[in-house]
Amino acid sequence: MSIFLEKRAQSSRLLSALVPLLAIILALLIGAIIIALSGANPWEAYREMFVGAFGSGYALSETMVKTIPLILCSLGVGIAFRATLWNIGAEGQLYMGAFAAGGIALAFPQGQGWWLIPLMVLASLVGGALWGLIPGLLKAKLNVNEIITSLLLNYVAILWFQYWIYGPWKDPLGYGFPYTAPFGEGAWLPTLAGTRIHLGLAFAVLAALFLYFLLKSTRVGYEIRIIGENPQAARYAGMNIPGTILLVFAISGGLAGLAGMGEVSGVIHRLQPAISPGFGYTAIIIAWLARFNPWLTIAVSFLFGGLLVGGYSLRAFGLSESLVLILQGLILFLLLGGDILTRYSLRWKRSRA
Amino acid sequence: MNEKVRMEGIFKRFPGVIANDGVDLDIREGEIHALLGENGAGKTTLMCVLAGIYSPDAGTIQIDGEKALIRSPRDAIRAGIGMVHQHFMLVVPYSVAENVTLGLNKPRFLLNERKLEEEVGKVAQSFGIQVDPHAKIWQLSVGEQQRVEILKSLYRGAKILILDEPTAVLTPQEVRELFVTLRQMAKAGHTLVIISHKLEEVMSLSDRISVMRKGKRIATVNTKDTNPTELARLMVGREMLFELHKEKATPGDEVLSFCNLHALSDKGLPALRDISLSVRSKEIVGIAGVAGNGQRELAEVITGLRSATSGKVLVNGKDVTNNSPRQVIDQGVAHIPEDRKGTGTAPNLCVLDNLMLKCYRVEPFKNGPLLNLGRIREFAVKLIKQFQISTPSLETPVKLLSGGNVQKLILAREIATFSELMIAVHPTRGLDVGATEDVHQMLLEQRSKGAAILLISEDLDELLALSDRIDVIYEGKFMGEVPAQADQIETIGLMMAGKKSEMQQPAPAGIGAQA
Repeated sequence: MSIFLEKRAQSSRLLSALVPLLAIILALLIGAIIIALSGANPWEAYREMFVGAFGSGYALSETMVKTIPLILCSLGVGIAFRATLWNIGAEGQLYMGAFAAGGIALAFPQGQGWWLIPLMVLASLVGGALWGLIPGLLKAKLNVNEIITSLLLNYVAILWFQYWIYGPWKDPLGYGFPYTAPFGEGAWLPTLAGTRIHLGLAFAVLAALFLYFLLKSTRVGYEIRIIGENPQAARYAGMNIPGTILLVFAISGGLAGLAGMGEVSGVIHRLQPAISPGFGYTAIIIAWLARFNPWLTIAVSFLFGGLLVGGYSLRAFGLSESLVLILQGLILFLLLGGDILTRYSLRWKRSRA
Repeated sequence: MNEKVRMEGIFKRFPGVIANDGVDLDIREGEIHALLGENGAGKTTLMCVLAGIYSPDAGTIQIDGEKALIRSPRDAIRAGIGMVHQHFMLVVPYSVAENVTLGLNKPRFLLNERKLEEEVGKVAQSFGIQVDPHAKIWQLSVGEQQRVEILKSLYRGAKILILDEPTAVLTPQEVRELFVTLRQMAKAGHTLVIISHKLEEVMSLSDRISVMRKGKRIATVNTKDTNPTELARLMVGREMLFELHKEKATPGDEVLSFCNLHALSDKGLPALRDISLSVRSKEIVGIAGVAGNGQRELAEVITGLRSATSGKVLVNGKDVTNNSPRQVIDQGVAHIPEDRKGTGTAPNLCVLDNLMLKCYRVEPFKNGPLLNLGRIREFAVKLIKQFQISTPSLETPVKLLSGGNVQKLILAREIATFSELMIAVHPTRGLDVGATEDVHQMLLEQRSKGAAILLISEDLDELLALSDRIDVIYEGKFMGEVPAQADQIETIGLMMAGKKSEMQQPAPAGIGAQA
């Protein structure tokens, strides 16, 4: 008897819907083993995580706060994936967006004009987009592998960001702590009464609408879909492939940059060395789980926001919240592995005598 | 001579295609056996079955008269079978000796490079293969890399060596050297199988030839008892003949012309060498030839997908040489590409998306930066009705349609969006009889509406039925032009085999076309 994979004539639709669910369930099961090995009760730990994330009004609002940057980054990553451009650089693009928006906020500490927030939004979009265009240009002009360039640029972006905080922008009244001065209140995104949910949520929903419309009803969106599915056909149809690659990277980076603006202007209200627990990386998993669909992206981002917030409750069990990262990694791993089953079927073959 | 290999009733199905349909084949010890056939005839699949790469759905293999179970390349090696693939399977940064001994579990633990190289060098010498065992693969020419592949099989004790299109990547000089090596090996008692679609090379090298077509073995002949013309006919077949209603040609103005065109293949070898032709409106000019003689490159150069190294392409008198595909499309050039699913469509996307592939950026289907989806939808519905594309809905992914319907979709799209010139490459390859007839009818209709059509095909019947005149391409050159008449089939066959036509001059534009 031997087991082998046989290519399916058509990929299975049922499985392609089931695989993400199975990946999550299986990841939780494997996570349970890890929790048990750490000496805690997996069932209780998971229940506590769930309550911590979704169990109260406060929990839900905190989950929503984390959901906002996740949606924006995942939408950005998703549109790139749609064009089969593997932008792994959302994290760096987020930092560059925060840097640009923060720079504006710090330049106008007393700024009270209505124009300050729109200017910061614009700056973050441009900052993220420019950072995204570096791997984009290299890909479009020289066919350099964008996975590597976009990934490595993350480290460059974060170090650049930190250089300004430890150096020129350090708060002179900050007792030597690595912060910038707090933003003037004119640079704060308004929040929903009594919670930390900020206006970035509206940006996120608008961005989803924008992408949905772009892909469905515009010529550029159609070109992105064709290039993503079959670049050879796109070339045959006379499409401008390098130009589209640049545009996709600009949109992708711009959305991640906007997420960074939301964090510093809506939540932290200043710049500090770390502003993201890896939103840009989690976005890769979310985009994949949501199959690059803008609406599903919002739903999946909410689940992952909950996972992040719920992770804080693990401390009560003597567990580290890094378990959340393990779970995220497992989900992506199982998802990518499981995707093989949508394209291949498992066959058993009896050896012939 | 003894029978070395006997394959019986080999049946191999891939999703959607039958690659081998009950093939019987016997190969004698010490012979050079050529396996001849068009692309997709099933030659490579059959040999991959013998080499243990595919396991057949049915059929048996005997080696030296005994039933052999070959379920993996390892089994095949044990049975003395080696295969040199078209794309070499070498580890580029490693040395020749390392590549040759890779995977042998010998030596078990410590590598003694010097000793390995000596050993490999000795084996190479004993077969007259010239290659430096110490050299790294990346330092070698393509011809030398091929020698390493052959050496790899011989080192593993292969008595039966299969070579898949061994000359495709070689220069003429290297081909000569390869043939010398192969003949030496045969003399030394090795059995060789050469997969090829090149008639001349098969004639000069082999002892016997088996011709395959559409997954079946059509005939096996002794090389000395046959000739290229007969082989060409066996390869392309003459089975289906419809009565096509074809009006007499009344060619109009010149639409396409190209002169002294040169271009390179993907491998950087000359694919088109100084060819010239013109096509006028209301006529179909056929390009005949065995696959791989420059047909694909010709279509790509005209449509802007490949650049010409020299020469000119004119469409309606305008120079479009090395223009972008977009510019060529804007000149009113339609293209039915060779590879329907790889080039002509995005198979995962729906019928609607694929029908709008070329019109989405022109009025009235665009609306500023937006798509006018209402108009596009109307257009798609109209095309589906007019061209009788059978699809469950506009939202059905194209990959779920049959080959014939995909091709009708492409034709519908190209006919609807183009005006004057159509480049059709293998428009009916792999289609069933009904769909073939539909496609032929559509092309003829376009001709009577005034289109100029360049028809590139391997199917002689199709060319004879549709074209007004036929040019034969061989190794990137035109061998001559004949009127499309059934009595010309001998001449065409000879030209396909590389014999220049003596009676016909390559026709300058406008002459020799009134068939």
